[in-house]
Order: sequence, then C-alpha cells, then structure tokens
Amino acid sequence: MTWTPDQPIVSLKDVHKSFGTVEVLRGVSIDVMKGEVICIIGPSGSGKSTLIRCINALNDIQKGSITVEGLEVNDAKLDKLALRKKVGMVFQQYNLFPHKTALQNVMMAPIKVLRQNRAEVEQRARGLIAKVRLEGKEAAYPGELSGGQQQRVAIARSLAMNPDVMLFDEVTAALDPETVKEVLTTIKDLAAEGMTCILVTHEMGFAREIADCVYFTDRGVIVESGPPATFFDKAQDPRTQQFLSQIL
Amino acid sequence: MELANTLIDWLRPDWFLNLVVFSDNYYRDRYLAGLVTKIQLSVLSIFFSLIVGIIGAAVQGAPSRTLRVLVGAFVAFFRNTPPLVQLYFFFFAIGTVLRITGENGLPQPLVSNFGWAVIALSLFAGALNTEIFRAGIEAVPRSTVEAAEALGYTRLQIYREIVLPLAIRISLPALGTNLVNLVKTTTLAYAIAVPELLYVSAQIWSEDLNVREMMNVLLVSYVGLVAVLVWVLHRWEKALRIPGYGE
Amino acid sequence: MSMIRQDAKAPGHLAVLHPMRLHASALPLAERMFNLWTFTALILALAAFLIAPAFAQDATPDDRSIVAILLEWTPTLAGGFAFNVLISILSMAIGTVLGVILGVLQVSPISPIRSIAWLITQFFRNSPWLVLLFYCILLIPFQIEIGDTTIPFPGWIKATIGLSLPVMAYMSEYMRGAILSIPTGQWESAESLGFSRRQIMVNVILPQTVKRVLPSWMNLYAVLTMATPLVSIIGISDVMTLTRAALSAEGRVDLLIPMYLYILCWFFIYCYPISAATRRFERRFAVNT
Repeated sequence: MTWTPDQPIVSLKDVHKSFGTVEVLRGVSIDVMKGEVICIIGPSGSGKSTLIRCINALNDIQKGSITVEGLEVNDAKLDKLALRKKVGMVFQQYNLFPHKTALQNVMMAPIKVLRQNRAEVEQRARGLIAKVRLEGKEAAYPGELSGGQQQRVAIARSLAMNPDVMLFDEVTAALDPETVKEVLTTIKDLAAEGMTCILVTHEMGFAREIADCVYFTDRGVIVESGPPATFFDKAQDPRTQQFLSQIL
Repeated sequence: MELANTLIDWLRPDWFLNLVVFSDNYYRDRYLAGLVTKIQLSVLSIFFSLIVGIIGAAVQGAPSRTLRVLVGAFVAFFRNTPPLVQLYFFFFAIGTVLRITGENGLPQPLVSNFGWAVIALSLFAGALNTEIFRAGIEAVPRSTVEAAEALGYTRLQIYREIVLPLAIRISLPALGTNLVNLVKTTTLAYAIAVPELLYVSAQIWSEDLNVREMMNVLLVSYVGLVAVLVWVLHRWEKALRIPGYGE
Repeated sequence: MSMIRQDAKAPGHLAVLHPMRLHASALPLAERMFNLWTFTALILALAAFLIAPAFAQDATPDDRSIVAILLEWTPTLAGGFAFNVLISILSMAIGTVLGVILGVLQVSPISPIRSIAWLITQFFRNSPWLVLLFYCILLIPFQIEIGDTTIPFPGWIKATIGLSLPVMAYMSEYMRGAILSIPTGQWESAESLGFSRRQIMVNVILPQTVKRVLPSWMNLYAVLTMATPLVSIIGISDVMTLTRAALSAEGRVDLLIPMYLYILCWFFIYCYPISAATRRFERRFAVNT
C-alpha cells in the first residue's frame, strides 16, 4: 500500500514477540508521524531494545503488525533491502568496521548497496562527516577514535543511506559522560532538520528536551505515553511514577 | 563427458563383489589382528606419553637451571622435527647401533619395531604433553596456592591436592586434542613394518586388488576409532567437571 | 538488558577455571623453555653425536670423516629438501583456499549445507594423514581427460592433493572459529545498512578474520612441512628417500645416526623460526582482540 504523509510513517499495532518461551513484547502499539521525535524509556528487560530492533526487521514478531512507510515489516516476503534504505539504525556499541577508515565506513554502503557513483558518494560522505563535526578524522581508523567520535561516525554512516527514519538504540549508554553530550548534540541537530527519530534512551534530560512524545515500557507493554511536559511532571500510572522517581 | 565417466568409474560401488575383509575368515582375522595391534600401539603410546608429559612438566618447575634447559631442548626438538624422521632415527639409526648378540650368535635388535614405535611416539607426544601440562599448572592462580600455603599445606600436598586436580581439568581440552592426534600419528608405524591396521590393509589390497573397498573400510575404521577416543575423553571431562564453573 | 558492560561474566565464573588459553601463556613458557641456553645445548649434543661415532669401535677403516660425507651429500639432500618445501607450499595454498570456502559453508544459514560442510571437515580432520595420502595416490586416476585436453597427474601432484585435504579441514575449523568470534554487532550493523549476506561476508567479516587466523595458519604450515616426509612412504622421491638411498650407498653403520640427525636439524632450522614467529604473532594479535 502506498504511504501518504497524513498516515504514520512508522506504525506498530499490537506487536507480540517471544524469545522461545519468554514473551518480551506483549502487545505494543505505537504510531509515529513523519518528523516526530519519539523517546522510549523504561527499566532493563522491559523490551525497549527488542522493540526497536523489530522495526528494523532484525528480530521477527509472532503477532501484530509493523508498517514503515507503507512496507509491511512483518511480512515474510518483505524486501529487506527496501526497508533498510528507509530505516537507519545506530547501535549502542557503534559497530564500526574496524578494518576501514571513518570515511570508508561511511562510503561503503552507498557504493556497494545502492551502487551509487563513487565520486558523488565521497563528496556526500565528507559532508556528512563534517556535519557530525569530525572533519579531519576521515582517514582515522575506528581504533584511533574515542567512543563518542566512533558513535558520530556510526550516525554519519547510517545517514549516508538517506533514510527516512532513524533508530537509536541506547547510543550513549556505553560512552563516558563527557562524550555523551557531543553525540546528543548531533542527534538534536538531526531532529531539528526534520528527521523522524525513534530513540531508546536513559537520558531523561535529553528526552525532555527534544521528544515530541515519550513512551514508558515495562514488562513488554506500553504503560504510559505523552508529550514530555505532561509525562515527566504529571505521570499518571504508579509504575511510571516509581520509575521516574528512581531515575530523576 | 569424459570427466563424468572417469568420476563415475572412480566412485562405482562394487561393495558386494570385493569386501573380502568381511566375507573371508582369513582376511577378517588378519584385519582384526591389525586392529588389535593398532589399539595396543595407541594405548601404550598414550600411557607412556602421559608419563613423559608429567615428568617433563614437573622437571620444568625444578629450581635447577640445567634441568630446565634440558627439558626445554627436548621439547623444542620433538616439536619442530617431523615425527616420521624421528621414528626412522630411532628405528634405523639408534636401533641398528643398539644390537645385542642373540642366541644364534648373530646381532639382533634390542628393541623390536613395535617397541621403537612406542618409544618414538611416546617421546613425541610426551613433549607436547609437557607443554600442555606445564601451561595447565601455571594457569592455576598464585592466589589459590598462597591460600593453601596460608592454611599450612606443605609443598607436596599443595601440588597433589590443589594444583594437580585443577591443572588436569584446565589442560583437558588441549590434552584431548593431542591424544587424538597421537592415535592418528600411530599410523606412521607402517613405515617400519609394524603390522598395524594400515599395513595389514595394504597387504590385503595388494593380494586381492580391492584397493577402493579396503581404503573405505580403513577410513571408516579410523574414524570409528577416533570417535571412540573422543567419546572416552568427553566422558572423562564430564566426570571431572565442577558444577557451576568453567565454560 | 541494556548492560553497559556487555561482557559481564556469568555468575560463578572463576578465573581459576578459565579454559586454558594455551596461546596466551605460551610465549612466556616457551621463552623460558627455549632460549640461548637450550639452543646451545642442542648444538653441542648434535656435534657430539656427529663426532663421537667416528671414534666408535666398529667403524670401518675409511679415510673420509663423517662430516666430509655429510657435506658431500648435502647438495643432493638439499634438492630433496627443496622438493619437500615445494610440496608444502603447494599443499598449503590449495588447502587454504578450499578450507576458507569450507569454513564459510560451515556457518551457512542453510542447514543442509552447514551439515555437509561439517561432515566433510570432521571426516578429513579425523583421518590420519598417511591414510589420506594412500587414498589419493592409489585412487586418483593417473590422468583426467576434459574435452580435448588431458591433465596428467604425476605422483607428487597426487601427494600434494593428499596433503592439502587435512589442511583444508584444519583451515575450515580455524575459519569457523574466527568467523564466530566476530561480534554479532558487525553482522547487525552491516545488515542494517542493507548489505546482503554475501557482501557482509566478503567485505566485513572475512577481512577481520585474517588477523585472528594468522597464528594458527602459520602453525599449520609448520605441521604440514613436518608431514611432508610421509610422501616418501608412498613412493615419492623426497629428502627421506634420498637420505635412505645415500645411507645404503655408503653402507657405513656409523653414518646412520649423524645423517638422520643432520636431516632432523634441517627440519628444525626450517620449522623452529616459524613456530617462534607464530607465538609472537599470537601474543600480538591476542592483545588487540
């Protein structure tokens, strides 16, 4: 089905996911409109990371449906390449390719997957690296970069595929506090440019700052959701209140 | 196509025609005798190589520098030279020189070819075992040994009660691999006419011209032998396993 | 779930019962076991063995010394040794290529392919090298005709193929271990970027396995070189055949020990540096991973 901007760009309806006998997602429904920034928060084991990985078809679901820009993600015959062109993902452990330089990391996918012209891609890649404020580091190998720098290269690498939706899976959890800020600034710039972002994060201050809507998950279900103002200050559900009181 | 014909020719199963080793009593007995010899060779070599390994590892920890150097040279020599050449060295070189006068007045070898095979293989595998045991002993952390000392154990008690049991469990995977390799290496005894499995099979197929079948039987036998050994080692490892620890 | 330290140890995991990493501790052990002192000891022992038989009681009254005889035969033996080295290099090349392919097949997501690859690997791993050599020398046809061309298979080629089979099996195992040791994050991020499985394997995973496999690969070469004398048993003329021919030509009892020791030394001098370099690489690469 074709997607029009008045429909949600990412839509999850009653998603159930189990790992063997353990049910991790127990009926999750989320709608994200184009340009929105969504933050998913919750305690460990609540299913946040699993949820975001299902959107990108890294995990399959047992029940429910996930639609990204008209594509049925849970369809067994899904063209994964088409999905990955629309959705970019950044991981907690950056996962840069250690045997390639920063520039090569960013350039690899457009050249080999999208078959784009090399010179064009290089120019665009350098632009992206400059955008994440890492000019001068194009020739550095991931081993020579700090955690925050590697994470920013990872963001640039995903952006090189020109996605419509960006997924961030706890991207600052493995970083030192000093470097967390530089990554968050990069994400903030992206959001300001109108990129649809779905973040799983622990950074409450950041969520309050940029999110259009915050979702709280606990034990596989969405307990509460709402814009940051109401969510953080006037949480309704006791579980949300308990979680927030522990964090804030 | 020619190639296809050649391949089909090569693979054609004439099992029913020429598996004399099963059908003929005489051949079967010879094959089984070869199998028994092989098992004897393997068991003896494993046993002596373990002894060599334990002694070597113990000497490696000796305070005397000369001893350590000697064991080091022994291990380096056996690890970096071909086992076949070592076997020839023992059997042809040392074996020829080491002769005694037999009953009929002619010089006879002191040790039979089977004996030399056991000696050469035991030393070869023993050298590898020395390294394995030594690494196992050293993998036991100093803090555990110190704790035992603080409790009043003597050095010998520590070695016997604490270090050795842990070292054995740690070494088991590498030791298992080495012993399996040893069983495979015993095939070299063919070169000095020890009547083990390969030698007997070669005799049978030269008499009966059923090379293909014999080779297949041989390969299956070897895989079976190795599988048995792997199973035994697996059971031993399981029996020694400490619940909750290790990988 | 979102552990910051993703390598958190399982409960009850005591350092004392780590599976023994023979590699990581091998260098200090080997340094202590083999150094200048042991090398000197070996050389002295060798010299003693070479010289002593000259004084043996039953030495035939021949005016040539042992050392002279050895030197006289050296060019011939060197040729034989070079042949062994040639066989080892060719076998290694063939075995490596086949082994990498087989290793990649062993991690295939298609179950039957995985099983067959595993079976082939286990089969050639558990067969004695000598038996595989016999298999090849007896059962490979002496020539194959493809279309118009006839490809001859001289004996030594068959022997080379025979030796490459266990190399293939060992390489397959090493590759499988190396591929499985690459963090899954690499697969996932490459998959998220839209790479196909083949692209991921070729561009991301295999280049990273090279470093991890290198020490084992070098060790395998040393083991292979030490296995090449086996070809003398199946009738290929290599350094061992020449040695025994030389010994029977000279017919001197006191030559036996020195000559065999001489050949052993050659192999030692060729293989020991490889082992030493292997240990050094292991240490260097282990630190990086």
